[in-house]
Amino acid sequence: MVDIVKRFPGVVANDGVNLTVRHGTIHALIGENGAGKSTVMKILYGAQRPDEGHIIVNGTETHFKSPKDAIALGIGMVFQHFMLADNLTVWENVVLGAEPGKSWRMDEDAARTRIEALSKANGLGVDPEAFVSELGVGERQRVEILKVLYRGAQIIILDEPTAVLVPQEVDELFQSLRELTAQGVTIVFISHKLDEVLAIADDITVIRAGKTVASGVRPAEVTARDLAELMVGSELPSPETRTSTVTDVVALELDGVTLAGGDNAAKKPAHTAAGAASTGRLALDHITLKVHKGQIVGIAGVEGNGQTELLETIIGMRTPTSGRILLAGDDLSDDNTRVRRERGMAYIPEDRQRDGLMLSSPLWENVMLGYQSLAPFSKGPWMDKAAGRARADAVVRNFDVRTPGIDTMALALSGGNQQKFIVGREMLSNPSVLVAAHPTRGIDVGAQAAVWDAIRDARETGLAVLLVSADLDELIGLSDILLVMLRGRIVARLNPATVTKSELGQYMTGAKVAEEAA
Amino acid sequence: MNRQKTFYSFAAPIAALLMALFVTSLALLAGGHNPLVAFQKMVHYAGSVDSLVVVLNKSIPLFIAGLAVAVGFKMNLFNIGVEGQYRMAAIVAAAAGAAVHLPAPLHVAFILLVAMCVGAFWAGIAGVLKVTRNVNEVVATIMLNGVALGIIGVLLGWKPVATLQGAFRSTRPLDKSAWMPTFNKLFGLNKSITDSYGFIVIAAIVGVIVHILFTRTRFGFDLKASGMNPGAARASGVNPKAMVIRTMLISGALAGLIGMSIVLNQEHRFTQEFPQQLGFGGIAVALVGRQKVGGIALAAMLFALIARVSQVLPEPPLRAPKEVGTIMQGTMILSAVIAYEVVRRRAEAAAVKHAAEVTAAAHVGAAA
Repeated sequence: MVDIVKRFPGVVANDGVNLTVRHGTIHALIGENGAGKSTVMKILYGAQRPDEGHIIVNGTETHFKSPKDAIALGIGMVFQHFMLADNLTVWENVVLGAEPGKSWRMDEDAARTRIEALSKANGLGVDPEAFVSELGVGERQRVEILKVLYRGAQIIILDEPTAVLVPQEVDELFQSLRELTAQGVTIVFISHKLDEVLAIADDITVIRAGKTVASGVRPAEVTARDLAELMVGSELPSPETRTSTVTDVVALELDGVTLAGGDNAAKKPAHTAAGAASTGRLALDHITLKVHKGQIVGIAGVEGNGQTELLETIIGMRTPTSGRILLAGDDLSDDNTRVRRERGMAYIPEDRQRDGLMLSSPLWENVMLGYQSLAPFSKGPWMDKAAGRARADAVVRNFDVRTPGIDTMALALSGGNQQKFIVGREMLSNPSVLVAAHPTRGIDVGAQAAVWDAIRDARETGLAVLLVSADLDELIGLSDILLVMLRGRIVARLNPATVTKSELGQYMTGAKVAEEAA
Repeated sequence: MNRQKTFYSFAAPIAALLMALFVTSLALLAGGHNPLVAFQKMVHYAGSVDSLVVVLNKSIPLFIAGLAVAVGFKMNLFNIGVEGQYRMAAIVAAAAGAAVHLPAPLHVAFILLVAMCVGAFWAGIAGVLKVTRNVNEVVATIMLNGVALGIIGVLLGWKPVATLQGAFRSTRPLDKSAWMPTFNKLFGLNKSITDSYGFIVIAAIVGVIVHILFTRTRFGFDLKASGMNPGAARASGVNPKAMVIRTMLISGALAGLIGMSIVLNQEHRFTQEFPQQLGFGGIAVALVGRQKVGGIALAAMLFALIARVSQVLPEPPLRAPKEVGTIMQGTMILSAVIAYEVVRRRAEAAAVKHAAEVTAAAHVGAAA
């Protein structure tokens, strides 16, 4: 791509982006949210047309009218959110929309044979007969890659492929990607996880504010810090906690909280742990923990080991089979979510769109969600719109939510901005306990730092935080103490000051077991 | 942005109306009638004081039925049982009203209260079944409609409640103290075929209350949140089971009022020939009125107007069937639902685009 310029009415989203990808390599495209990555991607994939500039594929200049043209030239795209039909098998998903055979009869054998061959040749290793609903996230992603390969893609664009994966799955993905490049496939890898970019990419292009600021960077020549500075144009923030502010006042206490698997599993996306949970294993097995005022307790674990259930039980969305939940010493086990919210619990859910927002409502209404029974939004049975508008303004201002205004529908915001909005909403409610799942998932480096700062500042004034995160740097950097969850149990209590990431990973997968009983 | 919004909110209903007129014209043409003549006659017929009064009267129960259905719609609860609820409420309230003798305002208030309680009770059954036994409310309310029909039949045959009045069985007549006043003087109606129902004042008050409930109260907020995103509503502290029960009770209580303009202003009793299908009419009105109180009021009047003016169709020289009016109403509902969906998608896409442009501009601006 040479000198790509894309203008939207009144705005230039891409202002001279240059991207040169060598054949058979992995090329990372990095940049902050809003830097123009997605526009570049859409242009490459044919979903949008550039206003200026040229796209040259294998030496020939091309003009895409639609994604169809891009596919015809062997450019395929794997989106961050999978587009698979759960109740179809792998091979059915792969051929969906490009079925072999005559228009009235599909040639099933041809499809199977080709998929098997593709899967083997590229080391993707997925069983074509398996139902997608039975697959884990990593395998689903490989099905998506198979889909584009099946359509003849020689250039694959991956949009933040590691965002949904745990460290082990990331390693597997990287291995698959290397095998693909060995087969002559070219990969464009869009990400803002710098460590991973350094680990996998052959070349790196950095864009900022719609412009290429660095291209052809070799990973061997730079550090993550250098890249981050290129991306944001300033210093790299780190999640390090300053000094300990832990007090001896217990804010949140769980005493032997146990939750059956079974019926709750239906609510979850059907992968990894869901199968185990439905076989009758406990989703939570006698969880006992304390969070003090001014303390951040981090929960590490491979996704699906009970972290989601733990947070939802604490906030009151699930009813434990036994055990007690105490807030500032008061037993709230029998109280519903609303009472718990009113008593000062704030909640950053794992799935912001499913559990955190009313997508077609304006921001000023969304800001009251979760606090609709509390001052200043509520006076008896009445709601105060003005208070909602004032708070929404404050959230947008203090948490750098990029939006045209507070009357904008939540669905119009990008994922990162929705996340910042939710974090801001929960933090500005002045909670005493914050229960947070992946608070910085999907948001860019600058905003990540702002969220970390907000949590640390609140911690200094006595906020108790229970933090679940898949980002190990975040966990180690922020937490005062680290707990590791495996199959619904707390299997280790670690000191974040001394633990390393690889050690933590061993505890998470059960490869290493804590010497002292937790 | 705002001008665009207003444009969108008017474009959809107007498009639906034009579509309805178009399809109705086709139906008339197919029957060998001149649509222009038909529409001209209809417009002419609509222009009398009598027509105005009839349209207002007929729109009252449709309006209240629309409100009852809309309360459920707001949280994706489909109360199909409005039909059974209003009929049960009307017969019990009429019978109870005939059994007591009270001074005027109290007597009316008593009947309204009984009607609301019966409607709420009947809808509440479906609510409880949903919450405790996970019975789908659509199935439960349809069944309850059938049960209500049976009970009404039994009650009409039961001596202490009902008597034979001419050819029809009906509840005993209400005292004059339970007759709502009329606006006959205001409209200069003198020994006209119909009264102008005073109940419209109560309907208007109910409308204002429901509007406030939707837009100003925590209940309204919880209701909206539950309908838009049940997961987020739960995480925000809404108790979904309690919301189902409350919503069904409110919907049922409103449904109880549907038949009241007929009981208090028209028949002064519940007869075998009591108007039917008002509950289903409410579903149509709630859809076309986009579950907003003002919209429901307009939709109710529109439906009443179509029903009224299609009466003129069988008259010579046209001699078209008056069911053409039903075609018009049906097309209206379908096109309205489609038009609203199209507009909703357009508006969302526009919002996303606008946000992307503004934030990109801010970013570029900040970087520069």
